[in-house]
Amino acid sequence: MPSPHDLDPSTPAIRFEGVEKRFGDNVVLQGLDFEVARGDRVTLIGPSGSGKTTILRLVMTLEEANEGYIFIDGEPLTHTREGGKRVALKERHRNEMRKRIGMVFQQFNLFPNMTVMENLIEAPVHVLGLSKADAVERGRELLARVGLVGKEDAHPSSLSGGQQQRVAIARALAMDPEILLLDEVTSALDPEIVGEVLEILRDVARTTDITMLIVTHEMHFARDVSNRVMMFDGGRVIEQGDPETIFTAPTQERTKSFLSAVLGA
Amino acid sequence: MSWNWDHVWDSLPFLLEGFVQVTLLVTVVSSAIAAVLGLLIAIARRTAPAPIAALLTFVVNFIRMTPIVVQLVFAYFAFLALDALTVGILVFGVHYATYMAEVYRAGIDSVPKGQWEATTALSMSRSRTWRAVIMPQAIRATLPALGNYVISMFKDTPFLIAITVADMVSNALEYGGDHFRYVEVIVLAGVLFLIASYPTSLAIRKLEERIAFTT
Amino acid sequence: MNDDLSALWAAIPQVLEGMGITVTLTVLGSALAFVVAVVFGLMARSRTLVVRGFARVVIEFFRGTSLVVQLYLFFFVLPQLGWEMSPITAGVLAFGLNYGAYGAEVVRGSIAAVPAGQWEASTALSLSPVHRMRRIIIPQAWALMIPSLNNLLIQLLKGTAIVGFITLFDLTVALDKLRIATDLFFAYGFGLVLYFVLAYILTLGMNALEVRAKHRLGQGESLREALSFRTPDARGSVA
Repeated sequence: MPSPHDLDPSTPAIRFEGVEKRFGDNVVLQGLDFEVARGDRVTLIGPSGSGKTTILRLVMTLEEANEGYIFIDGEPLTHTREGGKRVALKERHRNEMRKRIGMVFQQFNLFPNMTVMENLIEAPVHVLGLSKADAVERGRELLARVGLVGKEDAHPSSLSGGQQQRVAIARALAMDPEILLLDEVTSALDPEIVGEVLEILRDVARTTDITMLIVTHEMHFARDVSNRVMMFDGGRVIEQGDPETIFTAPTQERTKSFLSAVLGA
Repeated sequence: MSWNWDHVWDSLPFLLEGFVQVTLLVTVVSSAIAAVLGLLIAIARRTAPAPIAALLTFVVNFIRMTPIVVQLVFAYFAFLALDALTVGILVFGVHYATYMAEVYRAGIDSVPKGQWEATTALSMSRSRTWRAVIMPQAIRATLPALGNYVISMFKDTPFLIAITVADMVSNALEYGGDHFRYVEVIVLAGVLFLIASYPTSLAIRKLEERIAFTT
Repeated sequence: MNDDLSALWAAIPQVLEGMGITVTLTVLGSALAFVVAVVFGLMARSRTLVVRGFARVVIEFFRGTSLVVQLYLFFFVLPQLGWEMSPITAGVLAFGLNYGAYGAEVVRGSIAAVPAGQWEASTALSLSPVHRMRRIIIPQAWALMIPSLNNLLIQLLKGTAIVGFITLFDLTVALDKLRIATDLFFAYGFGLVLYFVLAYILTLGMNALEVRAKHRLGQGESLREALSFRTPDARGSVA
């Protein structure tokens, strides 16, 4: 398998091709096509139930599409086409693909049976094969970056929600992902600490070239960080463009009413 | 030694006799005793003065944490005036009442505090509060757990062998002893238990899902 | 009463012998039950239908057919089919498989009760299924399953009182001998207290395991803190 860094830079980091996702009879996504270029920061907006989070979960392989194909760096993620048929790829392939992708969750999902540092080094040591000393050193750097120096031996349960989410961001970054998925990362936080988490993410956006796919209700953050905004409704993209255009001059009626509801609140 | 169906058909009426006359009878009557007595214990522990409630808690825990077989033998000798089957029914009823009391207690605790406060705000009497507000909410959630204890009691009934009550398993042993052949009768007894208990536990699981879904 | 005490004194070797059998069966039976619970609890979660189906059949068989029947199955039936075994072995097998089947449901349920977010975070970090189970899920499921396993352990201890049925001289049989030497209330009062104390010791041990497991998840105090003597006031300020 070629290292992704050898790839043609024009190959999109993420490509959806006719993706359909159903939960029972409920069609969440249908015939979805879109691309995310490498280094892009794309925010998905839209009413709840419009399928935004499902897209992140599909990329992370937490869900499986019912139809269509997803490509990461041009390589199929979970399914490939063979002689016109849709064929599921082996778990080993999926696991290789997952290593390029990191995710930060709404509910943090830190491992409660491990200290902060153990959370940070578990996957780098056991998945990437880093030495423990290297992983710890990198863990310290990341903790400094998220402003939590001295919390190495703390248990997640002793941290505030904002601190836990900062550890979760550091944990995702410790895997050095090419793609970072942010799933409503501030929705479970008290309003007064939303800012500290977003500031760290702004810093990550400024100082790295990680491709980001973001689902958020923080429109100011979306505007600051992303270079593209996609408006979803009923499982389809109904409008997309640069944040300036979408936020100030949306063309679709539904985008207008969604934005006025969110921003007006 | 190969399986002999003759022993199965020969012994089946004898086993069924023990099943109906003892196993089922004890399960039904003792469950009823346990369900009522357990509820009384649960309510008493919540309403009685602290020292009495503490004593009751100790007695309940003591019965719960000691073997029913020992309790059976003890009661059998202590109440020689009663026949063994009656002693068995009473001991099973009391022993399982201590389990069921815990189930009721959890059910009562699960009724939100706001419900008690609302009845106070409406000046409802204590007994009216229990009967009309607390128990209907508490009991619904306890039904699956109570049902599981009934099944568990059903499978414990062969303990009655310890006090010479002729239940299904005891009849199986008698047949086995008479014919020097235990294979078919013991397996048959197990199958009869399984036939009765497995569908019941499936039904309870369904009930559990329905209750979880509607609350 | 004095006569009772001297009779008890005389009977002590018998009581100790019976208690030895009771404790042996409890220890060996629960050790086997634990292994059965973990193995079949994990198999019952398998994605392969054959593995899951096999686990379900074994679990439902041993849960559904009554402990006493299983005891006789190992004591009377298997020897007639050519597998000779000592009464102790028959008892350990019956208790281990019966309570192990119940334990398998506890293990399965506790693993399923670990929040979905923990599974998803492990996947997002590319942890392998085995690694995820060993390092992330089991440590959390363990804390959830201890109270139920404790209940089963006490049930097992109490269940051993039936091994007199298969000729073993356990504590319950010893009490019957004591009853003849003393009187009913003295012998069984004494015996029930012995069982109660045994059950209480097991519960204390399991509670200690639970405190430790929860502390590792960052909940509650450490075992050392929980066991240390403090005034109620000092205890309140720990939180």
